Amino acid sequence: MTDSSMRASGYQTDEPVVPVDTNPADEIKRTTCYMCACRCGIQVHLKDGKVRYIDGNRNHPVNRGVICGKGASGIMQHIAPSRLRAPLLRVGERGSGEFREISWEEALKVATGWLGDVRATDPRKLAFFTGRDQSQSLTGWWAMQFGTPNFAAHGGFCSVNMAAGGLYTFGGAFWEFGDPDWDHTKYFMLFGVAEDHSSNPIKIGLGKLKQRGAKVVAVNPVRTGYNAVADEWVGIKPGTDGLFVGALIHELFRTSQVDFDYLVRYTNAHWLVVQNPGGADDGLFARNADGKPLCWDKRSGKAALASAINDISPSMHGVVTLDDGRKAVPSFQLMAERYLGKDYAPETVAAECGINADTIRRIAAELADVAFRQQIELPVKWTDWTGKTHDTIVGRPVSMHAMRGISAHSNGFHTCRLIHILQILLGTIDVPGGFRYKPPYPKAVPPGNKPQGKADQIKPNTPLPGMNLGFVHGPEDLLVNPDGSPVRIDKAYSWDAPLSAHGLMHMVITNAGLGDPYPVEVLFMYMANMSWNSTMNLGATLEYLTAKKPDGTYKIPKIIYSDAYSSEMVAYADLILPDTTYLERYDCISLLDRPISEPDSAADAIRFPVVEPDRDVRGFQEVLIDLGGRLKLPGFTNADGTPRYPGGYADYIVNHERTPGVGPLAGWRGENGESYGVGKPNPKQLEKYIENGAFYAHHLAPDQRYYKHANKAYLEWAKSVGFAGNTDPIVFQLYSETLQKFRLAARGHGKVVPPASHRDRIERYFDPLPFWYAPFEGTMIDDRAFPMHAITQRPMHMYHSWGSQNAWLRQITAANRLFMSRERAAKLGIEDDDWVFVSSHIGRVKCQVRLMEGVNGDTVWTWNAIGKRAGAWALDKDAPEARKGFLLNHLITELLPARDGGYRYSNSDPVTGQAAWYDLRVRIEKAPPAEIDETWPIYEPIGSPTPTRTPDVSNFGIEFGRGRK
Amino acid sequence: MHPAYSVIVFTTFSGAGFGLMAVLGLGAVFGRIADFWAIGAVGIALAIALAGIGLLSSTFHLGHPERAWRAFSQWRSSWLSREGIAAVATLGVAGLLWLVWTFVPGPGIVIGMLGIATAILAMITVYTTGMIYQSLPTIKAWHQPIVAPIYILLALTSGTVIAHALLLALAEGQRAFGLAGMGLLAASALAKILYWNRTDAAAPIATAGSATGLGRFGTVRVLEWPHTQENFVMREMGYKVARKHSAQLRRSSLLAAFAIPFVLILISIFGNGLAALAAAFGAAISMMAGLFVERWLFFAEAKHVVTTFYGAEAA
Amino acid sequence: MTTLPATPSAKKLGLVIDLDTCVGCQACATSCKEWNTGGYSAPLSDMEPYGADPHGAWLNRIHSYDVGDGAASRTVHFPRSCLHCETPACVTVCPTGASYKRAEDGIVLVNPDTCIGCKLCSWACGYGAREYDYADGVMKKCTLCVDRIYNTHLPEEDRIPACVRACPTGARHYGDLGDPESKVSKLVAERGGYDLMPELGYKPVNKYLPPRPRRDATTAAKPAPQEQIDEPRTAIERLFAFADKVLSR
Ligand SMILES: Nc1nc2c(c(=O)[nH]1)N[C@H]1C(S)=C(S)[C@@H](COP(=O)(O)OP(=O)(O)OC[C@H]3O[C@@H](n4cnc5c(=O)[nH]c(N)nc54)[C@H](O)[C@@H]3O)O[C@H]1N2
Ligand SMILES: Nc1nc2c(c(=O)[nH]1)N[C@H]1C(S)=C(S)[C@@H](COP(=O)(O)OP(=O)(O)OC[C@H]3O[C@@H](n4cnc5c(=O)[nH]c(N)nc54)[C@H](O)[C@@H]3O)O[C@H]1N2
Ligand code: SF4
Ligand code: SF4
Ligand code: SF4
Ligand code: SF4
Ligand code: SF4
Ligand SMILES: [Mo]
Repeated sequence: MTDSSMRASGYQTDEPVVPVDTNPADEIKRTTCYMCACRCGIQVHLKDGKVRYIDGNRNHPVNRGVICGKGASGIMQHIAPSRLRAPLLRVGERGSGEFREISWEEALKVATGWLGDVRATDPRKLAFFTGRDQSQSLTGWWAMQFGTPNFAAHGGFCSVNMAAGGLYTFGGAFWEFGDPDWDHTKYFMLFGVAEDHSSNPIKIGLGKLKQRGAKVVAVNPVRTGYNAVADEWVGIKPGTDGLFVGALIHELFRTSQVDFDYLVRYTNAHWLVVQNPGGADDGLFARNADGKPLCWDKRSGKAALASAINDISPSMHGVVTLDDGRKAVPSFQLMAERYLGKDYAPETVAAECGINADTIRRIAAELADVAFRQQIELPVKWTDWTGKTHDTIVGRPVSMHAMRGISAHSNGFHTCRLIHILQILLGTIDVPGGFRYKPPYPKAVPPGNKPQGKADQIKPNTPLPGMNLGFVHGPEDLLVNPDGSPVRIDKAYSWDAPLSAHGLMHMVITNAGLGDPYPVEVLFMYMANMSWNSTMNLGATLEYLTAKKPDGTYKIPKIIYSDAYSSEMVAYADLILPDTTYLERYDCISLLDRPISEPDSAADAIRFPVVEPDRDVRGFQEVLIDLGGRLKLPGFTNADGTPRYPGGYADYIVNHERTPGVGPLAGWRGENGESYGVGKPNPKQLEKYIENGAFYAHHLAPDQRYYKHANKAYLEWAKSVGFAGNTDPIVFQLYSETLQKFRLAARGHGKVVPPASHRDRIERYFDPLPFWYAPFEGTMIDDRAFPMHAITQRPMHMYHSWGSQNAWLRQITAANRLFMSRERAAKLGIEDDDWVFVSSHIGRVKCQVRLMEGVNGDTVWTWNAIGKRAGAWALDKDAPEARKGFLLNHLITELLPARDGGYRYSNSDPVTGQAAWYDLRVRIEKAPPAEIDETWPIYEPIGSPTPTRTPDVSNFGIEFGRGRK
Repeated sequence: MHPAYSVIVFTTFSGAGFGLMAVLGLGAVFGRIADFWAIGAVGIALAIALAGIGLLSSTFHLGHPERAWRAFSQWRSSWLSREGIAAVATLGVAGLLWLVWTFVPGPGIVIGMLGIATAILAMITVYTTGMIYQSLPTIKAWHQPIVAPIYILLALTSGTVIAHALLLALAEGQRAFGLAGMGLLAASALAKILYWNRTDAAAPIATAGSATGLGRFGTVRVLEWPHTQENFVMREMGYKVARKHSAQLRRSSLLAAFAIPFVLILISIFGNGLAALAAAFGAAISMMAGLFVERWLFFAEAKHVVTTFYGAEAA
Repeated sequence: MTTLPATPSAKKLGLVIDLDTCVGCQACATSCKEWNTGGYSAPLSDMEPYGADPHGAWLNRIHSYDVGDGAASRTVHFPRSCLHCETPACVTVCPTGASYKRAEDGIVLVNPDTCIGCKLCSWACGYGAREYDYADGVMKKCTLCVDRIYNTHLPEEDRIPACVRACPTGARHYGDLGDPESKVSKLVAERGGYDLMPELGYKPVNKYLPPRPRRDATTAAKPAPQEQIDEPRTAIERLFAFADKVLSR
């Protein structure tokens, strides 16, 4: 005992003795959190073999010791009564929740039978889609080995606009692939973020900004959370950020505040764009014989290699005539013309955005001031890709971050590109104080891996030649049949959504239900609550899931689903593969997938079982590897037909090699753990990770940390560890030639051209320079009948649907309100606490309002995924979640109203297929008084495979406290 | 404040019990009632029973009634502790009084001395009860100097009204207590009206602005509670009665606790035989019912300052 | 010893909460629940945890407020826990002595072994900081993590309250507010830290740092009378001329 604790326990004789020195743990295991996808390092404190408490790991690169509201409630997830207990086979009708418990052997036999039949006949008939998981490098590899084109994770409904918008522009992205330089930035703009995947890092970062007094500008229709602490809140009208950012660019151009030197060094602003209206090369870059882009060198008065940046004096404007007689202009000129146009003048956009023109001008001036007049320099010598050495690292301390407020609109791809372009014009990419890449990013623009699964690659019992998901570089990479129809069930990489790098999970059930483009036999899903909060048009989805053919069998004949808990989706599946909780299994957070890197380090991580499951459950990855062996998928089977990874997932993590020497984990490779990135499998690798706190972080040398896109030392290192195939610099594509190629195809050029019905759409939305257009829904319905925008926000303490089964978290939020502006409500005769109907063009819900000041007047919003189906999640059927909670998903359409001869496009971004959740338009009406105030609709309770009687009292912890004294 | 039945029963019953004790004790000295064996045997017993029920009831809302003895320890600072000690002391002396009165024939002087002691102790007890509430700086409606006096007044009133019925029944139709009761009823009614006027008009202790310190930025309104279901604090301290409802209850309580007993006592004084008796007991019952409502309101209408964190503009 | 310590403790351990930084994430609330449900106050019971009316004992609650009107309004997230007041009635009203203020460091505690669950202390607290545990039958309140801050089984750097350890934004500060030289005291002085509900006269030890002034249209210098905005044509020419100048190297 220390002095202090001694005094504390006996300072005054009449004060009771307080046991201040109880050891809270017999053992501490350091693993990775999975109460959300942020993947912080946690310390699980075990006492008597039970979890006593969980806190953050101070050494972990992601969270540096802190923990969030969810992470600290992990215990309640781990002991939730909703945990599935054993494999289940449906016995009642779909949706009834009636199951029979079966053995794993039986479950695996059934699955192998269903999957094997499909694989042997038509692998397309398997649709394999995964949700919140972080093992896409395994699930994707499995799908590829299976040979179905129909694989994706949840990115298409999540935030692919952020990923694609960034990766097609500058080889990085906001979404997990980069961070603001929290330590140096002086001006930070946050667009459309409530919580983000970088949950703790953003909070840590905002804390740092606050401490340093950096200015935070929050652009968001709603002012809560991060946006509430901003120095300036810009309450923009949903879907109009493109205009706002366009106007900021307009102002920078108008006041000639652009870093031209940076543009020439790192972007294609000076590249020449061929001007040949009607020609097959119109709008493409002028290239030399080797295909290298050209610019116009004023010094020599000739076209020159655009990459010869140290030796040229490039022109940024003016039509030039190339040697071959074609006309061309620098792409910057096209940009200047677009954004200096009246369309983007602050006065023009002010009303549409709901932002005062003076405010726009002031923010533009502030941005320019900080970027150009408050430049910072780090005293670190570095060498750029051309070999030129710089004595210091120069930074323009303006940074930005954006997420689904931008991406979940049908104009999100272009808006996202606009934000990146704004950053680039200010010279703030991967500079001190700016936006910073996290390794393995930056990647080439676009990244080199192309999607696989063309019609002729799909054969029975045959793997695809490569991974399903990738980046199309032009129309020839699309997965379309000769008639232009989609190859994939979700119509990804088709003319509907050519750059859909993450697939369109939100369309799978609808398309399978409608048999468009074809029916499937087995729908196999993992960790996605697709019959509830993660689906659009909830009512219709339930119909597709339960629709039958005339012969009485289901239209979607077989549904296999892996969940850990009794979610709404469980009730709609036929075979349930119950998963473990995150404290009971191995997981691998790989650099091949979505790693946990930070700007200064490349990092990956694992989870390992810190407690044994007390139920008959198995980690899904174990099951997938087992199934791979049973199905004899080549990657999962030895030549002699025996399973390749008999040791299950742990075996796979250590021994699988994607390319020679490169496996799921980059740390401690090589027989003795001596190498990083590339090296032989190390049998002791997992032990090493566990010893180190379940992660490995490779720290970049100071001269590798900035300007990674053009930093010789970084690029060479990235190649050496397998992040990149070469050491070429990454050149920012302000003007996107890739998009222009689709435009040319729409004009009839090239081998792969869109069917006539798609041409206008491709022509319009594949503009090589980003532009703003009104989100689709509002333009296709009578927007006077649905004058308001309706959006959701993530509560910081809830992860989608999971939080409601958590005894602690649900006490914070067990029901949700519809928030709206006090002023607007008054006009509608609505008072605080009133019940209202919210109607969209496809349906309506009833809910209770809460009035507030900090919301854009044309916007209503609510917390996401609080509403629950009665009977699910082992909650009482009268739980507030079911009676007072509601979802907007009833109102959000998955298919847009018919156009183009009756065809209904998905309610998605036309470029990437990103689900346009936040395009929703609604009308609000006061509901007549009702006998009982409940939300509407309330569906029939579903049966639950988990106990319906749960304890009346939880006194968790008593065993650690006084109770055992 | 949440009007818990245990606390309502506690304060009304123990008030009546201690009031009755006091009145009978005083009566033994100054009212010649010591001569009536039955008043001692039944009346004091009833007083002890009422106070006992009240005190017992107060333990029902304890989380650990088996530890209740610990409550005697903190008399230096805690009115609740003082109340416990005073109550037990009073009950002890009252018990003695009952014993002597019931079983020891003879010297009235002992009864008289015990009677005075009981009366003083009983009033101290009731005062401490009142002070439990009056001393709380967090509740405007209670933190008024007239709260404890009113507790005493109401205890005396209820004691007198009950004593009147007892005397009518057991002491050859003594009616003097009836007159006193009528006077006390009138005084109590006036006191309650005064109390309500004062508490209604009293300046709030705190506002949402001062509670959060955010008043400097403008009106403070709740965006969200920290929890969607009520927690202990709101269950215990967030009770709200509608203004209309409370006005009506105030009227009913005045009527039942004071006006009707007043009239019934009048009838009992001038009436005869059973009718008088019925009227006197009716007065006592009506009064207790009215005090129940009065006490319910005392809690239900009391607004705790913590509500300013939960949406009240002021409290 | 329900009476307050005869001489106020020199050491006044407490929290300083920065309302300019708090984003309302609930990390401090659930970390508090997690630590304390197995700590000195174990358990912090939950009633109907999976039922129709879930509620339980928590020691730290996060409110959010909408403050002011229109353009001048702001949203404030507001953590609320025991303020470890210097002269709180929650201690003096306690009939059993279970509620007490420590002489050593000023922490206000409830002794769970002697509390009878009369709830009077919760009535006396103006800050809603005491939550009765319906199942355990005793009053629960913030302990300032007394079983962490002196716990030698924890590494030195972790001997701080669970909520402070958790807070991702760094909006919570812990220290000795009795020492004018401590970091927390300086922070309070610098940022105008204030007491909640000072009218009660309980003299809270914990302090709150007010949100900082906005830097937005409401505070920006009035824009100069609209400078002549040129025709786009002139602007573009100027921009290109600027490019030519910069790039003539
Ligand atoms: N706690 C918690 N963390 C999570 C999740 C969770 O469920 N809970 N989910 C994870 C997942 S899957 C994802 S995809 C991320 C998403 O992270 P976020 O992008 O932060 O997610 P949203 O809650 O959708 O926030 C969208 C924000 O954009 C605003 N917004 C809506 N429309 C517009 C617009 O047109 N313009 C602007 N400027 N803003 C707009 C909304 O008000 C909201 O604040 O969070 C991840 N992290
Ligand atoms: N209205 C509206 N709808 C939205 C959004 C929105 O902003 N507004 N956001 C959309 C976005 S961005 C996303 S990403 C989706 C998210 O939607 P989903 O990805 O469907 O997320 P969850 O609802 O959390 O469902 C995940 C499922 O995984 C299960 N699960 C949890 N842990 C485990 C585990 O360890 N193993 C297994 N096998 N299963 C587990 C849960 O029980 C749950 O059933 O929601 C989308 N839906
Ligand atoms: S942010 Fe996510 S991963 Fe990190 S502690 Fe919270 S729940 Fe866990
Ligand atoms: S906040 Fe409440 S419980 Fe804490 S010391 Fe002050 S009065 Fe007592
Ligand atoms: S509830 Fe416990 S701590 Fe509070 S006053 Fe009663 S005995 Fe004291
Ligand atoms: S100091 Fe400890 S007990 Fe108090 S609020 Fe923080 S975590 Fe909870
Ligand atoms: S943890 Fe920090 S930021 Fe989160 S609610 Fe608590 S004080 Fe606020
Ligand atoms: Mo997402």
